[in-house]
Amino acid sequence: MKSLLDWIDHRTGVRQLTKSALFENIPGGSRWRYVWGSTLTFTIFVQFVTGVFLWMGYSASSGDAWESVNYIQNEMTGGWLLRGIHHWTAQLMPLLLLLHLMQVVIDGAYKAPREVNYWFGVLLLLLVLALSLTGYLLPWDQKGFWATRVATNLMNLVPFAGPEMQKLVIGGTEYGHHTLTRFFALHAGVLPGLLVLLIVGHIYLFRRHGITPAEPVIKRDAYFWPDQVFKDVVACLAVTVAVLGFVLWYHGAHLGSPADPSEPFSAARPDWYFLFLFEFLKLPFFAGENEVWGAIYIPGMAVGLICLMPFIGRWKLGHVFNVGIIFVFLGGAGALTYLAKQEDVAGQNSASYLKAVLGDARDAHRITALAKAKGIESTALSLLKDDPKTQGARLFAQHCASCHRYDGHDGLAVELAKADTLDELEKRSGMTSRFFSGDAVHPDWLARKSDTQGEWQTVKSVLDAKTKGPFDVIASAKPVDAPEAPDLMGFATRQWIRDLLDPDKYISPRYFGGTAHKDGDMYKKFLNRKVRKYDAADLKMLDAIAVALSAEAELPGQAAADQADAALIRDGVQYLTDDIGCIDCHAFGEPDPDADGPDLTGYGSRQWIIDFVKNPEHEKFYPNNNDRMPAFGVKKILTDKEIGLITDWLRGDYFEPAH
Amino acid sequence: MPLAKRRGPPGDLINNHPARSRQFSRRSGWGVFFSEYGWPRVSFWPFAKKVDNQEENQVESPGPEVGEAVCQAAEPVIPAELGTPEPAGERRGFIKFLCALIGTLISVVPFGAGIWAYLDPLAKREGGGGGDGFIRVTTLDAIPADGTPAKFTVVADKVDAWNRFTNVSIGAVYLRLVDGVPKALHTICPHLGCFVDYRAGRNDFFCPCHNSNFKLDGSLARGVSPRAMDPLEIQIRNKTEVWVKFQNFQPGHSHKVPVS
Repeated sequence: MKSLLDWIDHRTGVRQLTKSALFENIPGGSRWRYVWGSTLTFTIFVQFVTGVFLWMGYSASSGDAWESVNYIQNEMTGGWLLRGIHHWTAQLMPLLLLLHLMQVVIDGAYKAPREVNYWFGVLLLLLVLALSLTGYLLPWDQKGFWATRVATNLMNLVPFAGPEMQKLVIGGTEYGHHTLTRFFALHAGVLPGLLVLLIVGHIYLFRRHGITPAEPVIKRDAYFWPDQVFKDVVACLAVTVAVLGFVLWYHGAHLGSPADPSEPFSAARPDWYFLFLFEFLKLPFFAGENEVWGAIYIPGMAVGLICLMPFIGRWKLGHVFNVGIIFVFLGGAGALTYLAKQEDVAGQNSASYLKAVLGDARDAHRITALAKAKGIESTALSLLKDDPKTQGARLFAQHCASCHRYDGHDGLAVELAKADTLDELEKRSGMTSRFFSGDAVHPDWLARKSDTQGEWQTVKSVLDAKTKGPFDVIASAKPVDAPEAPDLMGFATRQWIRDLLDPDKYISPRYFGGTAHKDGDMYKKFLNRKVRKYDAADLKMLDAIAVALSAEAELPGQAAADQADAALIRDGVQYLTDDIGCIDCHAFGEPDPDADGPDLTGYGSRQWIIDFVKNPEHEKFYPNNNDRMPAFGVKKILTDKEIGLITDWLRGDYFEPAH
Repeated sequence: MPLAKRRGPPGDLINNHPARSRQFSRRSGWGVFFSEYGWPRVSFWPFAKKVDNQEENQVESPGPEVGEAVCQAAEPVIPAELGTPEPAGERRGFIKFLCALIGTLISVVPFGAGIWAYLDPLAKREGGGGGDGFIRVTTLDAIPADGTPAKFTVVADKVDAWNRFTNVSIGAVYLRLVDGVPKALHTICPHLGCFVDYRAGRNDFFCPCHNSNFKLDGSLARGVSPRAMDPLEIQIRNKTEVWVKFQNFQPGHSHKVPVS
């Protein structure tokens, strides 16, 4: 062994190298405050290793980027761990950079003869930030996509050549394949290469000038090895433990839903360490043409000032000034970051911001499940766009919810965890909770007592009324207008039809209270005149009719029940045609030109709903007495595919992964 | 450690030495006080103006090799006892061991995660695609009646990492009639996986990569291939449909081993 080492040493001088690496003199001995440079070197090492492994699973194209990252995160063994380490280490690096910079400035380590090394450090800081910025886009999710659009649009403001620069960076005028290939080449090639060069220079110069001791130096000098090395590895261990803590807690790293240029994302934000710049641009001073000051000039001047510190430090009070400036910057950035965060969780638009975050998470969860079960034929986005569960709700909210409701909301509410007590609800709607907890509830969102079909109240009014819990909670705002058409949650289910046949419920807002049908024959001649006088036996027949009519819909969620109740359904059909006489006004089983109520044949089935939405005034439905419902198909407001998506969503007819 | 050793060097040596005083003239009176009598051992907070206890200050003259490594420090000359670093003596064995241990541990983390993910293909078995593995390739009428082989594309669903493609080409087979009965051969050379050509002029199979020659029944005529061309199971369904059990085999072995 020794002779082998001798052989190698003779040819490489490796012993001398190790010796000079380890036996560097540290004036005043080892200190905890000297660890930051080492932790940064370590995190960069971690990023290189995990980055290269991630590279083996990543595909930089707009049709594959999200898909490959999702595959790494959710399908590959250990992929979540790998991606998590890369992500969370990147999250910690700005903190470590800041600590390193502060240590250098406070100890005066930027002074002669170390100016060049200090500038290397500032360049390294900017490089790491550039790596963060480029890496943010690579998963091609909504968050990265929209945040990067903002960041690259700022390049437009650069004087003289802004638009050209932007075009070069994103590889054209549109964001797509070439944006990703360019960002990826920067992220995995150009920037890391520069980083290595600068780090080599940084460490070389650092060794050349030696460490700047923190004053006062009283302790005896020591070598780098082993005391300082020990402190360094302990600090690196702490970083590793912190990173692994985050990775395990979040099971990797967050991946939003796939980038969609047609879908707004009101929660687009840069990563947390850029939030102060983001907030800075919101200051009224930078409105309009002044924006270039906030985006380019002032940040540029701040970096320039940091670069000038070695010269400022020569003056009598220069060092004090420098330290002061660092704290002013830090305080300013901290305050702006806090403001940005605070605005998101408690500002004017906080409810919709938080809802967008939740909605994005719901879509991401959904598309991940779909990708796993079905595989992706073209892109994840198109798979998501064909999914009734998410798109049906979205279309309903846009086209139907101005009159209809879905369980009292517009169809897009995100269901939150139940709050068992009023205290819990209050705690979860507190601002601190919104700051830190994913389980948070915004006071403008809706809640109602569990197991009631009652009205949703805003969380705030529930809290004010001091009602006793437990509560169902949803992320949704209260619709501005009262409902004008039936609530379609559970449309054509047994319960829905049975409630429809209840005279009081029929004229309630949940059904036809907001329509002209409350004065129609169904209510006047049948429900009010007859059903109100029904005895128990008659009501039993109505129950059977509800079951029979609901079976016409062939709802996937009721398939088992329909099969089990075949006899009851036969009875129901009998009552429907004979005993109760629904066919006096409705067609059933065969076309009936004299019928003036909707055709009950296949009531609530996929085709029935599609036909109805296409044209409610069709002779099968309301040829004479349609109340305001547009003919969505005839007027081409919605395409056949869109009507199909809404229909499948209403019927619960979509893929659900087995649990 | 004996108490006597914990004591720092005499105060005058630190504070009154000209080089020291010049360099650290801004030190406060309290600093002098504490340096004499020892600082409280506190806090890892890196920004506090903190000075550790003076400990372990025994002077062991460093070896000459060690001295070479530190010649670049541009600090003022300080008496040997203070200005020369403490050598890394044997007493630090435990600390060195900890350094090595922790250093190894934290380096293993990124590599471990990376290698775990890299080994993912070994953990996954390719799905059979459901069914019995037979794929409808063509009809009997499409195979030349004179017994010459013809190439047919195999179309099926294919899972490629995150993508699932429906009805794409996944390979090809040679079909020929032997006394009216179809026989199927894989088109992939069992040697190293090139695509084997049918040479109409010589009426044989020929691999253009390493010149293996195969007879029409797939047996090796001449060349380096370790085995004959791979026959595939074949079924006739609905009287005329030709179904082939399409699977790939590992190249380079003398026996057929399915790729899984």
